[in-house]
Amino acid sequence: MEHVIEKGADALYMDERDHVATALRDMQAGESIHYRSAAGLQLITLIDPIPFGHKVAIAGIAFGQDVRKYGEVIGRAVVEIEAGSHVHVHNIEGIRGRGDLGTKEAAERA
Amino acid sequence: MSRTFLAYERPNGEIGIRNHLLIIPTVICSNQVCNRIMQMVPGTVAIPHQHGCSQIGADKTRTFEVLAGTGKNPNVGAVIIISLGCEVVDPIALAEEIRKTGKPVEVFDIQSIGGSVKAIAYGTELAKRMMTELEKQEKVPVPLNKLKVAVKCGGSDATSGLASNPALGAAADSLISEGGSIVIGETTEIIGAEHLLAERCVTPDISDRLYYMVSRFDKEVERMGADMRGGNPSPGNIAGGLSTIEEKSLGCISKCGKAPIQGVIEYAESIPENGLYFMDSPGNDIECVSGMAAGGAHIVCFTTGRGTPTGAAVVPVIKITGNKMTFQKMEDNMDVDVSDMLDGTASLEQAGERVWQEIVDVAEGKWTKAEVLGHQEFSINRIGPSL
Repeated sequence: MEHVIEKGADALYMDERDHVATALRDMQAGESIHYRSAAGLQLITLIDPIPFGHKVAIAGIAFGQDVRKYGEVIGRAVVEIEAGSHVHVHNIEGIRGRGDLGTKEAAERA
Repeated sequence: MSRTFLAYERPNGEIGIRNHLLIIPTVICSNQVCNRIMQMVPGTVAIPHQHGCSQIGADKTRTFEVLAGTGKNPNVGAVIIISLGCEVVDPIALAEEIRKTGKPVEVFDIQSIGGSVKAIAYGTELAKRMMTELEKQEKVPVPLNKLKVAVKCGGSDATSGLASNPALGAAADSLISEGGSIVIGETTEIIGAEHLLAERCVTPDISDRLYYMVSRFDKEVERMGADMRGGNPSPGNIAGGLSTIEEKSLGCISKCGKAPIQGVIEYAESIPENGLYFMDSPGNDIECVSGMAAGGAHIVCFTTGRGTPTGAAVVPVIKITGNKMTFQKMEDNMDVDVSDMLDGTASLEQAGERVWQEIVDVAEGKWTKAEVLGHQEFSINRIGPSL
């Protein structure tokens, strides 16, 4: 995880494997914003408003696919997510610390 | 030869950066007497808590260990233990355990002395006498490599993982290079990132213990049949942009820097010298910090995105934020602002140096905002049911 933050960037992208970038300011739907990847300055048009600190999808993510930030898995998509969408608790879910899944699976087996 | 700074030298060779007279209730029933004595004698610290009776097995042991560890913390110069007289925590055994450090320890019980009024009067006299003695102690030069710093995050938002935690990690690396100790905890908040910490453990045994502690916690969550997201990430974490426990954990772990992990210890267990250690502990701020203080940490460095006023009874708590709004809105509670990392005007090294300088200043006596405001939170982690 390298820590070079570009002056004037709109969103922060942590690792080449990431599907998301983190908003460094409140951003509006329809805005075109910049983030820098290894390939240079990238432009993306926002589908949703993205509040400061929240994540925007910088690539399309398929239903059920692992979602990466910091180069690591932060959860999986529960719906198909388009590039430029807000990525948050409404469209991804954690895989760990899920006692509720344990009980559902147990109930199905019984 | 490590750099030196001025601090208190304890009879057992440990160093203290504060010189508290600690008043310990062995049981909830003694809380009020302890609080009244603290109000009467400036400079004393009481640690009221909910435990000490109707406890068995691991919980009884845990309460004893946290109380003993807090009394043994090197920032404590002397201790008064106040018992009710019929609880499960043994006040004499507690006094003996704390006396192993060589510091003065007094103990009495409310039932024998004849009730609250007499206990408050007796305890106040005792505290005045002990404070007078304690205040005579002067600071001496001690090596910086004796310093033990705990790292913790609370009220996290997306800026925690991007700015304040990496900045604290850089400061943690500075202390490690001086030969000091860092302890990181929060087992619940390494879930999803434990593989990255496990890779850094110096032996496979230590790595196995780390995985064991995480799976022990996972099983507890399973036993409750709950989705951990009901409580972690917290509603505040989610509002701040964090969506899953994995995302929070990946942001959390950068606060301990990049050193190899020398060992894994239980909640409130004594923190060894020299190097980075992991302590099994809950993410709950007060319970985690209390466990770290009981393990002998001198300072807790606490990063926060959303902002929290939390302090601790016997250790200074340094608040570090990477959220400019939070620093401006809660300046009374925030010690260090590293939000300029996010607009690219400060490098990770510069922000880390700012945190490291604050650690050294606080070790030398500078008060944290939590100390100025009298924040003395204390809470013992609980395992099972009350009887």
